[in-house]
This record gives sequence, structure tokens and C-alpha cells, in this order.
Amino acid sequence: MRYRLPAGGRIDRSKPLSFHFDGKKYSGFAGDTLASALIANGAHLVGRSFKYHRPRGIMSAGADEPNALVGVGSEEARYTPNLRATQIELYNGLVAESQNRWPSLSLDFSGANDLFSRFLPAGFYYKTFMWPASAWKKLYEPMIRRAAGLGRAPEAADADRYTQVYGHCDVLVVGAGPAGLAAALAAARSGVKVFVCDEQDQMGGSLLSEREATIDGQGAADWLAQTIRELKSRTNVVLLRRTTAFGWYPHNFLGLCERVTDHLGLAITKQPRERMWQVRAREVVLATGAIERPLVFPDNDRPGIMMAEAARTYLNRYGVLPGSRAVVFTACDSAYRAALELKSAGVEIAAIADVRSAPNGRWMERARAAGIDVRPSTVIAGTYGRLRISHADLARISGGTMGHPETFACDLLLMSAGFTPSVHLFSQSRGKLVYDEDLKAYLPGTSVERERSVGACRGVFDLGASLADGFAGGLSAAKALGGTAAAEHKFSVFAQSLGRDGFIGAPPSGGKSRRTRAWVDFQNDVTAKDIELATREGFRSIEHVKRYTTTGMATDQGKTSNMNALGIVSQTLALPASQVGLTTFRPPYTPTTFGAFAGQSRGELFDPVRKTSIHEWARENGAVFEDVSLWKRAHYFPRPGEDMHAAVRRECKATRESVGIFDATTLGKIEVVGKDAAEFMNRMYTNAWTKLEPGRLRYGVMLREDGFVMDDGVVGRMSPDRFHVTTTTGGAARVLALMEDYLQTEWSDLDVWLTSTTEQWAVIAVQGPNARKVLEPLVHGIDISQQAMPHMSVQEGHICGVPTRLFRVSFTGELGFEVNVPMGYGRGVWEAIYAAGREFGITPYGTETMHVLRAEKGYIIVGQETDGTVTPDDVGLAWAIGKAKKDFVGKRSLARPAMSRSDRKQLVGLLTVDPNIVLEEGAQVVADPSEPVPMTMIGHVTSSYWSVALDRSIALALVQGGRARIGSRLSVPIPSGPVTVEVVQPIFYDPEGKRLDG
Amino acid sequence: MRRFSAISLFREALGGHETWPRQWRSPEPKPAYDVVIVGGGGHGLATAFYLAERYGLTNVAVVEKGWIGGGNTGRNTTIIRSNYLFDESARLYEHALKLWEGLSQQLNYNVMYSPRGVLMLAHNIHDVQSFKRHVHANRLNGIDNEWLSPQECKEFCPPLNVGGAMRYPILGGALQRRGGTARHDAVAWGYARAADARGVDILENCEVLGIRRAASGRVEGIETSRGFIRAGKIGVVAAGNTSVVMNMAGVRLPLESFPLQALVSEPVKPAFPCVVMSNTIHAYISQSDKGEMVIGAGTDAYTSYSQRGALHIATHTLDAICELVPMFRRLRMLRNWGGIVDVTPDRSPIVAKTPVPGLYVNCGWGTGGFKATPGSGDVFAWTIAKDDPHPINAPFTIERFRDGVMIDEAAAAAVAH
Amino acid sequence: MLLIKCPFCGPRPELEFSYGGQAHIARPKDPASLDDESWAEYLYIRSNPKGLHAERWRHIHGCARFFNVQRNTASDAIVATYKIGEEPPKPVDPGLEEWSSRSGAAL
Repeated sequence: MRYRLPAGGRIDRSKPLSFHFDGKKYSGFAGDTLASALIANGAHLVGRSFKYHRPRGIMSAGADEPNALVGVGSEEARYTPNLRATQIELYNGLVAESQNRWPSLSLDFSGANDLFSRFLPAGFYYKTFMWPASAWKKLYEPMIRRAAGLGRAPEAADADRYTQVYGHCDVLVVGAGPAGLAAALAAARSGVKVFVCDEQDQMGGSLLSEREATIDGQGAADWLAQTIRELKSRTNVVLLRRTTAFGWYPHNFLGLCERVTDHLGLAITKQPRERMWQVRAREVVLATGAIERPLVFPDNDRPGIMMAEAARTYLNRYGVLPGSRAVVFTACDSAYRAALELKSAGVEIAAIADVRSAPNGRWMERARAAGIDVRPSTVIAGTYGRLRISHADLARISGGTMGHPETFACDLLLMSAGFTPSVHLFSQSRGKLVYDEDLKAYLPGTSVERERSVGACRGVFDLGASLADGFAGGLSAAKALGGTAAAEHKFSVFAQSLGRDGFIGAPPSGGKSRRTRAWVDFQNDVTAKDIELATREGFRSIEHVKRYTTTGMATDQGKTSNMNALGIVSQTLALPASQVGLTTFRPPYTPTTFGAFAGQSRGELFDPVRKTSIHEWARENGAVFEDVSLWKRAHYFPRPGEDMHAAVRRECKATRESVGIFDATTLGKIEVVGKDAAEFMNRMYTNAWTKLEPGRLRYGVMLREDGFVMDDGVVGRMSPDRFHVTTTTGGAARVLALMEDYLQTEWSDLDVWLTSTTEQWAVIAVQGPNARKVLEPLVHGIDISQQAMPHMSVQEGHICGVPTRLFRVSFTGELGFEVNVPMGYGRGVWEAIYAAGREFGITPYGTETMHVLRAEKGYIIVGQETDGTVTPDDVGLAWAIGKAKKDFVGKRSLARPAMSRSDRKQLVGLLTVDPNIVLEEGAQVVADPSEPVPMTMIGHVTSSYWSVALDRSIALALVQGGRARIGSRLSVPIPSGPVTVEVVQPIFYDPEGKRLDG
Repeated sequence: MRRFSAISLFREALGGHETWPRQWRSPEPKPAYDVVIVGGGGHGLATAFYLAERYGLTNVAVVEKGWIGGGNTGRNTTIIRSNYLFDESARLYEHALKLWEGLSQQLNYNVMYSPRGVLMLAHNIHDVQSFKRHVHANRLNGIDNEWLSPQECKEFCPPLNVGGAMRYPILGGALQRRGGTARHDAVAWGYARAADARGVDILENCEVLGIRRAASGRVEGIETSRGFIRAGKIGVVAAGNTSVVMNMAGVRLPLESFPLQALVSEPVKPAFPCVVMSNTIHAYISQSDKGEMVIGAGTDAYTSYSQRGALHIATHTLDAICELVPMFRRLRMLRNWGGIVDVTPDRSPIVAKTPVPGLYVNCGWGTGGFKATPGSGDVFAWTIAKDDPHPINAPFTIERFRDGVMIDEAAAAAVAH
Repeated sequence: MLLIKCPFCGPRPELEFSYGGQAHIARPKDPASLDDESWAEYLYIRSNPKGLHAERWRHIHGCARFFNVQRNTASDAIVATYKIGEEPPKPVDPGLEEWSSRSGAAL
């Protein structure tokens, strides 16, 4: 660690760490970032730029870093691309690699792009690669894609876990620099519940790099330690380190991402990797600080060119010298402070070039007193050095012309154009930004949410003022909550003012020649000339400039580039910067891991799984399940050696010939109760309910108000004021919601109560000629004889000692019952019925068999025969419409002209002329198979199965004017050729319904 | 219009790119135009282009309240496909797809139409049935769409989690190979440049404040932030803001505007070869030429013009993405934004005449308008030029809602059971 | 995620609610007496304003009740919530009222 100072900084020299970068072993200390450790080892070259593959070094010390992006991870399942070396906490064994280069970082063949850069200006790809047309897909695009992208995506599934938590607090303080900490102190002392979050591993912000300032008589580091002690000691404060507030959503709802384990490195931990906090804060104090701006000068992107404050951070926080001989280029005072501190640590300061014509005040005096060569009205006209800066040309400007450049040898160039307040979150909250001409920056204007900005993020830069501003902000937040605000505190601060100077855009330079380039967006390789070209071509809105040049669209989202781009547009168009405007700030503030958003929601936890109380029995008995909405339903019960078709044939045969048992629990169930229950049912369903006797069942059809079939199900009238309504499995919630909607908002005069009972009843369908024989011995207090309990009736009593609502109903066409028992008894009753059915060969069947059996009978399934564009008459359910009823939901819509046209698609049966062909569901029906494409399609197959009972295939279809076509032949063209079908009535088995009675 | 080509780029490079002309002018509004298009998005600019190119109307202005392409054109996930179920939709989107195939050459602007294939995933038996119905219908309509088994899905898109532990496993997919993506900004700029070259005035920063109608009811012109502009005909193509604009003419429409979010990851080297859509778990993903994973979410629950949505909507989509492609869990979201999508009751567009003479509307594209851009512009231009709908957009009237002739693609895929 | 004040339960996060569309559209008492245009207007025409919007929400994972909300659709700020049957606390934007009074539906 040649560039590590023997003492100083916040690193722990007692804990040396080793790490690898691009295969080479290095060492560092606990407390280092990857960037500080690399600089300590003299390694400045860390990456390649996006487009020209220019060698790039570490430019900053934080979230704004555009260049130093690396891939981290020694195992593929934990490999993460595009991380900023400036934010990666060093740990023992860390493995990092540079990106976007081949074969190596120092010798990157794509660096040739740089030689051709003049053929690759902004938007060049819109102007070429168009000939021949087919080459875009085959040649140009793959080439561009290979060249683009930064790091590589991991190739193995992520091995880590993520978690999420909701947080509620009175005051959320974002940023724990001096202003944020002062705000937290004030709010905490006022007794309100405070969250403080900061993206770094340590709280303190700029105080972590502070050398000479004192607060309340203590050094900055001591004040910081004491303040954090105080906050930690308060039970009303939660401190969240390594936690980035990345997004502001409506109504003071903020997304925070806490990085929990990355810094622990290879240590085995049970902790999740990241934790996403979703925080609802009554008040928010933004203390997000400011970001130092680069200067736009020719060849300003070489390794060794660094932000002045970043150099100061490396020196003071990490005890690292970023170089040995530095040139400084500045437009503000703070770089002088950096130069002085670096000089006192042993870095030679070759010169300070100050773009200002008359820099004044104490900082320049101090620099000159320290023997530094300070040159006002001076710019950098060029730099040299391939993999690291070696020289810089300084030139004096006077009266708009540039003097002869003077060359200085250096291995470090510090730059500062002033500070850009971090207004990202404020802007996301939809607060309006106001341009400050003095500061050359946008500042928070009026808040829209319950928010206040404090400190550097609203242009209050000096330490004392920032502390006072933060404290006042914290107090005012506490007051706004109606709390008793803590006592005022006046900070006594010794720190020399840094002034408010700044510069945006491109300073005058010798860079007018065609060859020189001055970078604005370093990562995306956007130069001042690109921006000028965009404006020349008519891209004048700042959003157009951004999109055409891609400035501000890199992974730093323009943190260092946006204001300079705006400045250049303003210079080029001779418009005030305030009229150029700013591109919109969007979440996230810094890139945020997908896994953190997904949290626990993975695998089985992706969505809740609903299982019936009979589910485990089905699983134990070999059922294959299908997903139907959230439910798992038994699809079929294969025996060893059976595929689905074989199993379904066996299940169908057993049910038709003896008895089958089916878990129908997933059907939605709603209890409709009240003196007006029948009237309510009349209004919700197409059917008439008034005359339905208690103890009887009826098949009900529900429409949407637009007249299309929405749901269906069997409804039992349990008593004059009580209906047991069933719905489709997927439609239960929709149906209840629609019922509640009408009941609460249209017909609140009706005395009706609705209760979802889906989870209350297990439903066991027992179907087949022997169904009654199976159930008879098990029921108590119910006469299930044909005389006492005809088809479509319901009785209450007991089965196996358990209360039941026993439905005599059939969705198979056979004699059938549906046994409703309280959910917890479902499996017990099922097993009892199964045991009783043994002597009849009772066979469990799944949804596939259920579908076949009902299709043989022509019973529709909503969602299969219907698709949201189907009326009751279309599917042969006109009989279910209560003709005498004046109104019901959807009735008026059925009277619209298109709803009763004779060429509507109607439900019919299809029989293939070759009985062995089973049509594919969804296949289209045509009248003339010889018509060339595009063909006239007159319908489609909705259901299609092999029917064991008929020993042939069957299908249901919706066909235009279908009922009038019964008896005729149509065609179903499939890829292998047309299949001729006969149109028949949509009922294939037992059309007289004799089997319903066994 | 200076022709774009490798040669012109080379020549300009030698001269430092100093003499590239403006891609479109920034004229002052003329007092009157034959046609004014309200809305400078892809559809509006395409309409103006085809009015000039195909229907000989060059005294045309496009008025845009902000910057062209700044609405849904510049905010969408750029998926292009035409494998729609119903004949009406299939014809409309296929017309557009055919235009996409030659658009870069027609506009002399590389819109980067990239037929990478659009794979729509099925996660349950109902999805399988629904997609197979699409495949059959598309084949007979002459539109490519094929069914892939789970294994074939994996071969076509290797990063997919096929066969892994998933709550809703991939049971197959419908693939349209001609489907893909295009560069959204280039579509707006390309149409703008080509329309401008044919005489169309593109008026940015020109917000419509009112629509003036004569006593006869016919439109007379528009009041704008840049003054009154007389117009023989007005075509409103204002996407999410259509209700607001049409209200100015006293026309209320069956429309609601919802937030629709999208997001991108940081760029990475090529890792995802095609477009994958999953309506069942709400995930839409492709990789841009730049390397970003471009991801679309579902709409928010409530109507809004705020151009942002809720965190839980974006989160829900990333749940699904991380399930579909578990190695992307460590990628990071770079940027998340919202657009305003105008949705009709059957979620199909309205491209039609209105009850007001001289006023035409093109709206209701919901979450899928980008893919239709060229076709929408062409048939809308026809409709305006001839005061009569093109056969392709004839079914997409306002009156279909009154009559009950819905074109409901979404309901046709709705899940029940 | 919006923070919505249920008139029965107090402020709760949006996840507890379901959105119910534009408020104050009463179902016609006698739908059969309406012509197709008027019926279509009831079914489909929505004001969809950019600005103050009266809308229905249901506290589905709470008290399960419907109520009304006035929200600014330009900013998503909620201006008021009130029970079904109550008058809107704020008059709708006068500009919007003017539109709706002078405009006929397009159907």
C-alpha cells in the first residue's frame, strides 16, 4: 500500500484484509472501500467507458461515481455486476473484476472505437445501419449489442434471500450528514419517533472527511461520535446505516433499501442480503447533501482525474494519497481546501487553475501563503497520459482568447465546478424546483408533501449554517406533528466559509479543434460536442438532448453530468439555464436490487396457495394438481403406468358405470341472507327466484351489467330468507364484490347480508348410478330416496355425525350428490364415503374427468365456453332468463341490437367425421376449407375430449349462427389439413336426462 | 431532408459534424391549416406523415404541449406483435407490423425494428387453451404464431426458469417470431423528420386550450398557448389526455386514464434474447440494444394523470421477473417511471369519426399502443383525409359500445372456472 | 401507495382497498325505459377529469364497505373521503362542471 499514510483516517489498521482485483492480489484495511484500497495500492485504472472503451479511473468517492464500475463475487450465484468501487466495503477475500474490456483492462481491443470516435457521434446509429434492411437483425444489431452493456449478468440463480418490512415513524430523516444529524437530534429530543437512514456504512456524511472544523468546541469526529451516542441512547430513534432512501411515492411513502450482508463478505450468515423498508412517515426531513460537479475540459476523463472533494475524502477518511503531484482545476473555493490538506499530507500541488477571473478571500490567500501557484482566469486546455494522467496544459484566458498553454507534469488532477444539491427525492415528491442563478443549481421550492429539505440539499453548504438549518428543520417537523419541540440549540462552529461559487457547462477552452473532446457524461461517453450536435439538429428540449445523446442515462443517472449538460445547452442556445429546464427525477436514487423488491415473494410464496381440507388425501393418493386461480385442484389421479388420458378414461368409466368421488370444495360459496334475499337474487341473477321453494336448487346465471355471462353456479334455497349460492372457483371474489357493490351502493334499502362461505364448507361430489347406495348408510336425518329427494333439491341433516347441507345435483349427468360439510371435517367425511364406496369400486376423479363428463352432457364451463363476449342465449341458456322479470343486472344490455343478431356465435356440438380425431381446443371452424388465407373463421372449438361413454371424440364449439347449422358439415383446418365435422346439438350423452335419477 | 447513410455520416465526420441540418424545423404556427393533429406522439406524427405521404395533405400541423415523443411513445416497453385473436384486431396490428418491417427505409431513419420474437407464456391450463386458440386463429389469418412446449420455450429463451420450482410453472408459450421491439424515440423523431420534410409543421410547446366550433357544430380551430390556429379538420391523438382534449369540443368518451409503469435495469451484456410476456403473472421483459432489461408492469388500480404509480405495482412485477429469470434477482433497477394509458371498456382502441363534423379521434390504445403506431397513423390519416374510415379501422368506432359490438381481446383471455 | 382515510376505520394503506371507479353514477331506476344511447352513457361514459375526481373505494380488507373519495388525479392528493349517500364535501372543479353541463356524450 504505497499510497497509504502511516496514520490517520477512519480505517482500522489492526485489521488488514486481502482482496483480488482482475486476478491480482492486493491488501487493504477494514474500513476501506474497494476504491480507497485500490488507490492505496496505486491502482487508478479500474474500468472502461461504455462507447469508446476509454481507460477510466476512480473519479469520486460515493454514489455519484460514473467510472469505477466492477463486477463482484467469487461464486456465480452471488456475482453482481456494475457495482461502484466507491461504495463497496472491503472484506477479506473480496474478488472484483473490471468490466467491458477484452482481453484485459489495460489492453482492450475495443479501445479502437476511440480512434473512430468521430464517426460515432451522438445518435449515429439512427443515421446508418439501414442498408440492406435485413442486415440490421443479422449483423448490425448483434454487433451493437455485444459492444454495449457494461458488466455481465450472473448466470446462476441468486443464492441469497431478501426481505421486506413496513416502517411507520413520525419523522424520517434521509441523510446523516451534519444537517441530517442535527435534524435528528432536534426531532429526537422533541420525543417523536424518528428514523434516520444513510446510504453509507457510517453516519456522518461530510463530517467523516472533516479535518479542521470544530463543533461546540470539539473536533468534528468527536462531535459526530457524541451525537450518534445520544441518538442511539434514545428509544424513540431508529438508525439505519447502509440504507438508501431510493424512492418517494405519494402520501409520504418512501422506499428504503438496507444492505445487510454484502459488507460481511464470505461470512456465513442467516441474515437476508438486503431488506426493503417501505416507510410511511408523517414528516420527512431531507438532508441528502450535494454532489460535486466535474469541469468539462478537453480529455477530462483520464485515470487520475478526480473530484477535489473525493481526493480529500480519500486522504482524510481513508488515509490514502490519491497521487503525488497534483494539478487543481476549480471554479469554487472548496478545491483550495482540498489542495491545502493534500499538500500538508505530502502531495505536491503543481498549480491551481481557477476559471474565475478574480478568486478572492481567505482560501486563495491561504493557498498562496502555503506556496501554491494559484492562477486565476486559467483553464485546462488538454491532458496527456494513456492509462493515467501524466501532464496537463494550463492556459490563461483573457478577453475570450486563450493564451499559450503551459504543460505541467502530474499524476493527479483535481477538479471542482461547485456543488449540485441532491434534490432527487424532493423532486420525486413532486415539489417544484427553483433555479438559483448564484449557485448555478436547482433548489427545492415549495413542498407538496409533508417535507422539508435542510442543509446542502437546499444550498446551505457551510457547516455551521447547515447544522443550524438541520436543527431548525427537525424542530419544525416535530412541531408540525403537534409535539412539544425541544429547546433551541445554537451550534458554535469553527470552519472557514466555502462561498457559493459554481460553474455549469463548458468553460472556455482550446477544445474548439475537431479532435478534442470534453466529457460531460463520463460513463456513457457523451461529450460537449455531442450535446452541441444535438442542439444543432434541433433537439432543444433538455429531454430530447438527453435521449438523443444519452447524457444522464447511465447508471449514475446524471448525478455528475446533468447540470453541465444543461449548462452547455444554455450556452449553445443562448437561453437562460432556468428556461432550459431539467429532466425529470425518477426513482430509484441509486440502482436498487431486483431481489429486494421481490423480497420473500418467491417459489411457493410468490402467491398464496389455497388448498382444500381434502388436498392432502389427494396428494397421498397420487393426484396431479393444476392451478386454478390461487387453488390447487386435483387434475387427475394416475395409477402406476397411466398417463393423463388413461387415468381420465378410467375415471370417466368408473363414474358412469358405478360411482366416482370428486373434491368440489374450491367452488365459491356465498350465503345470501335477509328478508329481501329473494328480491336481491332476482336482481343479481338472470333467473327468477321468488317461486323457488325452500329445499330446492336452481342453476343460476349472472351477467355483467354489459350483458355478457360473468359467472354461474347452483343456488340452494335453504329457507325463505336464506340462499346458499355457489360460484365458479375463479369467480368467487368477483361475484361477491359485484354483489356487495350493488347492495351497498344501489340497493342499500334491501335487508340482505352477504357472507363468503367458501372456506367454511368442504364439498364432496359423489356421482354415478351407485351414489345413493354409497351415501345412504352414512346420512342421518335425511331421506335421500328418489321420492324424498329429487334432482335439484337440498336437505340439511347429518352425515357421519357431521352437520351437512346435502345437495342432490349433478354436473356429470349421473345420479349425483354434493355433500357440504364444515371444512375441518372434509377429509374425515371424504374418507368415510370412500370407505363406504369401496364395495362399488368408488373412484376419485379430478377436474379433467369432471370436464369430460360435463362436456358429454353439454354443460358449459364459464371461462371455457364463455370468454367475456358471450350472452346467455349464445350458450343456450336463454331458458335461465326470468322472462317476467322487469330488470336484473345485464338485462338492459341484452336488448342492444348486436346482442340478438342471428349470426352471433352459438354453442353447438361438433362430431368429427373420423371419430378417432380429437380436435384441439381453440381450433377454428370454417365453412370453406379451400379458401385461401386469410380465411373466414366462423367459430372455434371451446372443449374437446375423448369420450369413453361414446367411444369417440366429442367437441363443443361456438359457431356463427350455429343452431341453424345443426346437421350440416363444417371444417376445422389444423396444420395437417382440414378436419370435417358435423354440427350437432351440444349434448352427446343421455339427451333425455334419464340417468340423473340413477 | 439530408439523406442519412453511412456515406453522409462519413462525410460529416470529416467536417466535424458541423453542418448537419435540423431534423425538423421549429416553425411559428401558421394562421390556418387543412388538418391539425393534436398530440405529438408516435401515432400523431405518423398520422401527419401519412397524410402528407399517402393522401397528399401537406398543409398540416402537429401540435404538442411538450416535446414530441414525450408521452407514452417515450415511456413504453416497445413491444411489437400482431398475434391478436379477433379478426378486427389482427388486421389492425398486422397492418402495422407490415409497415414496421420497412419503416427504417421508408423514413430514412433507423428505428431499430428488431424482430427478436415475442414469447407469451402460459402458466395454467386456461392459458394454454387461450393461446392455442390464438395460434389457430392467427394461422388462418396468415399471421405467424406458434405454440412452443416448455422445453422449446427454454431453447428459444434459455434464461427462463423452465422446470424449476415455480408457483405457476411455465406450461408452454405462443411465439410470434416477427414480433420484437423498436427504438421508441427514433419512431417519433423519424416520423417527425419525414413529415417535416413533406411540409408538415411540428409545433412543440403548443398546448391546446380549447376547440372552437362554428354554429353549425363543425370545428373551426384550436385555441393554443401559442394563439388561435384555424383548422379544417382536427385529429385528436392525445392518448392519456384524450378525455381532457375531447371535453373541449364537448365530446365525452368511454375512456379512463390509468398509470402504467415501466422500469429498466442497469445495462449488462446480452443475456436475454427475445421479448417475453406473461399476462398471468404480469411480467413483460426484453433487453434493449443498450443492454438494459426493459420491464413493464400492470396498470395501477385507479385513474390518474400523475405519470407515476405505486411502489407495490412495480414490486409485483419484479416478483414475477425474479421468478421467471432467477439469475436476474441481483440485477438492479436503474429507473422506474409511469405513463398515462387511456383505456376503453373493451380495451380496444377507438379510431374514428366523432359526432362533431371535422373532428376525429384516435385513442384508447391502453397498454399496447406502441406496436400499432405505423398502422394507426396510416388508417387514421385515411379516415381524416377521406372523412370515412379505412376498412381496417371501420370496426373501431365509438358507437360499438352503444350497440354492444365489443372487440374484447382481454376478456377473451379472462380466467374463470 | 396511497394513504386512504376510510370513513369507518381511519387512514389505511391502499393495499387494504379496492378501487371502484367514478362515484355518483346512479343505476337508472328503470333501465328498460332508456334508449341505447342513454344506457351506453350509464355503462361506459366516464368524466375522466384531470383534476378533482369523485370516486368509489371499498375497504375490502377492512370493514368491507364502499365509500367515496375526492382525489386530484393530477397529483393523487386526496381531498376528502365520505360515506355513500353523503354529499361531496367539495364542489367539483367549476371548469369540469361547465364541461359536463355543455357536453353531450359521444354515443
